[in-house]
Amino acid sequence: MESASLSLQAHSRWKHLETVFWLFALLSPWLLAKHALIINEIVIVALFALSLDLILGYTGIVSLGHAAFFGFGAYSAALFAIHVMPDPLLGLLFGAGISLLLGALCSVLILRGSDLTRLMVTLAVALILKELSNKLSWLTGGTDGLQGVMMGPVLGKFDFDIRGITAAWYSLAVTFLLFLLIRRLVHSPFGATLTAIRDNRLRAMAIGIPVSTRIAVIYSISAAIAGAAGALLAQTSSFASPDVFAFDRSADILLILVIGGTGWLYGGIIGAIVFKLLQDVISSITPEYWTFWIGAFLIALVIVGRERFLYPWKWFAKR
Amino acid sequence: MKTCNILRLAALTSSLIFSAGAIAADSFKIGLILPMTGQQASTGRQEEAAARLYMAQHGDTVAGRKIELIVKDDTTVPDMTKRLAQELIVNDKVNVIAGFGITPSAMATAPLATQSKTPMVVTAAATSSITEASPYVVRTSFTLAQASVSVANWAGKNKISKVITLVSDYGPGKDAEKYFSQTFTANGGQIVESLRVPLMNPDFAPFLQKVRDAKPDALFVFVPSGSGASLMKQFIERGMDKAGIKLIATGDVTDDDQLNGMGDGALGVVTGHHYSAAHPSKMNKDFVKAFEKANNGMRPNFMAVAAYDGMHVIYEALKATKGEGDGDALVTAMKGMKFESPRGPISIDPDTRDIVQNIYMRKVEKQHGQLYNIEFDVLKDVKDPGKTK
Repeated sequence: MESASLSLQAHSRWKHLETVFWLFALLSPWLLAKHALIINEIVIVALFALSLDLILGYTGIVSLGHAAFFGFGAYSAALFAIHVMPDPLLGLLFGAGISLLLGALCSVLILRGSDLTRLMVTLAVALILKELSNKLSWLTGGTDGLQGVMMGPVLGKFDFDIRGITAAWYSLAVTFLLFLLIRRLVHSPFGATLTAIRDNRLRAMAIGIPVSTRIAVIYSISAAIAGAAGALLAQTSSFASPDVFAFDRSADILLILVIGGTGWLYGGIIGAIVFKLLQDVISSITPEYWTFWIGAFLIALVIVGRERFLYPWKWFAKR
Repeated sequence: MKTCNILRLAALTSSLIFSAGAIAADSFKIGLILPMTGQQASTGRQEEAAARLYMAQHGDTVAGRKIELIVKDDTTVPDMTKRLAQELIVNDKVNVIAGFGITPSAMATAPLATQSKTPMVVTAAATSSITEASPYVVRTSFTLAQASVSVANWAGKNKISKVITLVSDYGPGKDAEKYFSQTFTANGGQIVESLRVPLMNPDFAPFLQKVRDAKPDALFVFVPSGSGASLMKQFIERGMDKAGIKLIATGDVTDDDQLNGMGDGALGVVTGHHYSAAHPSKMNKDFVKAFEKANNGMRPNFMAVAAYDGMHVIYEALKATKGEGDGDALVTAMKGMKFESPRGPISIDPDTRDIVQNIYMRKVEKQHGQLYNIEFDVLKDVKDPGKTK
């Protein structure tokens, strides 16, 4: 009995590699101070990808419009800083909270229909919000973007510096905390019901899982996390423009999950690191044609397979 | 780090002893941030080509310092522009940042220029308010207000009394609409209706039908350069030119880069702008020739000339400060600068740091089997009418 529960819990235990990974990640703004800005960007994208993985990888809900929540969080946090107060943490909470509400509202839309209708509905929500951010220019500054976002120091002590070290550290700390929360969530009985829903919704319903409620809850949580990622972006760049709702952003994180793997918490993180670094490195070599190389990489990845790409020795393993 | 400091100290002392000559050791870096991929890619390609051409023609050493150009692609995403600018300033220690394809990109980066005291030469984005966003912004492109006011003045004098405006629904479009309407009505004209079309993938058909039914004397249009071709096509397909409706526009619509692809339907379209590849000056002829030669026959457009002049402004400012490259000194040197550009005589307004230039009225005509914007009238030394301060 003891050993059975131990083996069941084994996969949710912290592994040494994970500890090393997070230690390195949290120290990276100091170790790689020169690259603090790109670290910040990677962390934000990773958190955003993580939020999509919660619904896509764990619950099996496809979405092409997750940027809706990302952008909503970004604008909320930026507007909070302008009109209420410049404290980053409260702004972050506000951005995430507002996105949570929006997620709860939108979850009604994704409960019905097939995957195809879900793709359309999520896409539509993002497009509507983007157009709203363009039209409500008295509030959002329209296409020119929201000007004059001034952020206060984090925890009242750490000012955002031009080298981006505070920004990277702030995003990392927030992401780490949220990661702990997500990790706890997916390994909980609640998380297990999500995977059950993903694998067979009808059977999940038959064994008494309240499918609709569960989907609504995880969708709202996912929206809140996406909103937090958006808030981090708006706060660390002191800017928001309708581009935060762009289709490219939703598509990028889908791509990132394809690279890193879905239904695996580190998938989004590794995907974000690989994707952003590739983009940064290749586009500084060839600013005009880097998209070609990213495309070539993706095709190679799909043909060869992720496993064999990441662990080349598996090429020679016996099938 | 320590040796680095010692070296710097050594350089400092030697520079004090041997005057300016000793600074020559480090290069002067220009970070050029442009949209090289995506919808605005043509802007980036034109500008990069022009900047490189300028360096090829004028050498890469100025006042004893080697000029280094770093080009970055911001994919037209403002927060990316900002991050790249920040990295260029902090890591690459660039002395000047330049480029900026769209208004939000420039707006997002402007506070950074102020914070780090880095001159920011805007060579594309055309909303009036950009130069007010930071005292380190200097613009060498144009503003929509400049072009539209000129078109409005011309229209008022040329038997056009009823006009419908049609603009893309974003900052520059709103500027164009506002300043055209203001000037045109002040001159006694009448704006029948103001239409706005979405910026991305617009379908002009329903809007043009509306215009056709209303039968104004002319339709005033601003759309960013890429959308001009499809607008023109639909305008002709509906036979609006034959219905007696004139098409007047800012030069973005008949962008030199794409004009040839629009076909003969574009003939006779009247636009107001600051640059035409057919500008009849020797300097421009040489510029167009050299540009086409270096870029597989690609014709330079108004973006190219803005980047070319942007480089000139930076070169001259560096010369004026004797190669020192201090941010404040560079901006001071740029203020009031006056020179001959391929587009004609231009200067930088010392008060607003915005460009003062001639706006030409042009008509699309065929020359040597190709379509060109042929200039037939000029408004001299137009300041940006859009400044609020």
